[in-house]
Amino acid sequence: MLRIVLAEDSVLLREGLVGLLERFGHQVLAAVGTAEELTAAVTQHVPDIVVTDVRMPPGFSDEGLRAALRLRGDNPRLPILVLSQYVQRAYAEELLDSGDGTGVGYLLKERVGNVEEFIDALRRVSAGATVVDPEVVRQLLRHRRDPLAKLTAREHEVLALMAEGQSNASVAAALHVSEGTVSKHFGSILAKLDLNLSDATNRRVLAVLTYLRG
Amino acid sequence: MHPPSLWQALHQRRYVLTGWPWRCALYFLTSVPLGAALLVCLLVLALAGSLLTVVLVGVPLLLTLVLAGLPVAAVERRRLRLIDPAVPLADAHQEPPRTGPAAWLRTRLQERATWRELGYSLVFACLLWPLEAVVVGTVLLVPGGLISTPLVMATAGGGEEARVLKLWMVHSYPEAFAAALAGLLLLPLLAYPLGLLAAGRAQLTRQFLDVPDHRADVRIKELSRSRMRLVNAFEAERRRIERDLHDGAQQRLVALSMTLGLARLDAPDEPLAGLLAQAQGEAKAALVELRELIQGIHPRVLTDRGLGAAIEDIADRSPVPVDLDLDLPHRLLEAVESAVYFAVCEALANVAKHSGATRAAVEARAEKGRLVVCVRDNGVGGADGAGGTGLEGVADRISVLGGHLLISSPPGGPTSFRLQVPCTPAPAR
Repeated sequence: MLRIVLAEDSVLLREGLVGLLERFGHQVLAAVGTAEELTAAVTQHVPDIVVTDVRMPPGFSDEGLRAALRLRGDNPRLPILVLSQYVQRAYAEELLDSGDGTGVGYLLKERVGNVEEFIDALRRVSAGATVVDPEVVRQLLRHRRDPLAKLTAREHEVLALMAEGQSNASVAAALHVSEGTVSKHFGSILAKLDLNLSDATNRRVLAVLTYLRG
Repeated sequence: MHPPSLWQALHQRRYVLTGWPWRCALYFLTSVPLGAALLVCLLVLALAGSLLTVVLVGVPLLLTLVLAGLPVAAVERRRLRLIDPAVPLADAHQEPPRTGPAAWLRTRLQERATWRELGYSLVFACLLWPLEAVVVGTVLLVPGGLISTPLVMATAGGGEEARVLKLWMVHSYPEAFAAALAGLLLLPLLAYPLGLLAAGRAQLTRQFLDVPDHRADVRIKELSRSRMRLVNAFEAERRRIERDLHDGAQQRLVALSMTLGLARLDAPDEPLAGLLAQAQGEAKAALVELRELIQGIHPRVLTDRGLGAAIEDIADRSPVPVDLDLDLPHRLLEAVESAVYFAVCEALANVAKHSGATRAAVEARAEKGRLVVCVRDNGVGGADGAGGTGLEGVADRISVLGGHLLISSPPGGPTSFRLQVPCTPAPAR
């Protein structure tokens, strides 16, 4: 059973989600309609996972996402599942950049229709996995046909572990190599995937996303 | 057909036989008393105004002085028809935006026409009419004096003598008639300089009292403002539709899809489960369509993250790979971001649909108050900016913002689509 704080401004959808989550035996500690209430509810209840909409009052911009990122800033281990109406690379990247990129999910809202998959994604995120909507991944990788073919077996392993959201240190521990070796592998992965963005964190995200499609 | 102008008349052989010389003379003759009266009025107003300013009564008098050009110009416009009837001068003043004397006064004081008319009045009162008096005096009095010599001789001179133009004496009728003949010959000769001076005078009056440029400026300004308002209204409407669809239809469809998903959990029996799955599939398809529709109306990322993120987004969606080189350090005005976004959308859509290109590039940079965006491809070219295509609409939207669009697309390619818009950073949102 997960203890959940839910933020969604549409009453219809919020009630539906509460029903859905409870139906699967989870406990909704608070279901709120604004980003501010979300922050307050998380501070008060300390949930296992936060499920939030991107677009929230008062500005109906990306307040939900902002609030989630702030909460991650305060507590990098807080799992967050963001539901979005759109595929937005910028949103996905910011989310994956928060903390060490573990325990976050970015799903299109319509995935909740597939209730079992949705609940499964929720469970995985709360357990520390990184879940990105296949639509986002598809869009990102449309132009990079089979980029993974160029990677060595070891680079595949490194990327796989990173895609699970592990830090360089934990990847190094899992593969029984030094952290420096992991960095070197990662560097060559970036080169092979032709990811030459300037921001290292974004490159990591893109590499991970690349892997997720494969 | 317009009546011929004075200039044209001067070129005709029968000029002296037409009414033109007389019209010119009449014009100058009426100038003199008008100008003199105007000078007196202006002097009185100026003197009384300045003296009485101390007791504040003078202020309205000085104001009247400023506005004195209005009636003068009205009279002068009519009087000008005597010597320049071809295109009558129109009133150079604008309608005040509101009724009431205050609005009228404000409009008049802000108009260039008012000050030009005042300038004209001053020149007329101080300079023109005395000159005109000399001109008309010379032209009428010299031949008049010569022609009237026999008459003077018969009356004042008692048939003995007459003083011609106060210059010399004649002592016999033949001499007197010779002088009269000279006067008669001089009269048509003087008609030419008279006509020339009048034509110059008409030109001068037009320079002062006709301000067609200014009126066109005002109209153009108003037109561009109203065009801008229309575009803004259109933009606001797009955002409203996007919001309504997002907050209404989209949320309901998601809720419907979710309810159907829950129902499927409870309905394991085949016919029902199958139907529910089908219904859910339909709901999902509707959601996808709706999402794309909303994206086309006004993409959320544009509002939230600005032009750079929005261009990245369309580049992601483009079926043709797109290289990006964006340097947009700050948010721009909403209208600019939106117009440029849709311009890039249209360009990339054309690349995908018509160009046959395998690669496209988008460059955008904002510098020195200008946003320059360039979309290139390696396709077959032949794109056309005219002819009711989407590109024409793009060009219109860009031109509303004071920018312009250049398309270079020779047959065989490549196509380059370049736009420039003046831009300022948007106030922080």
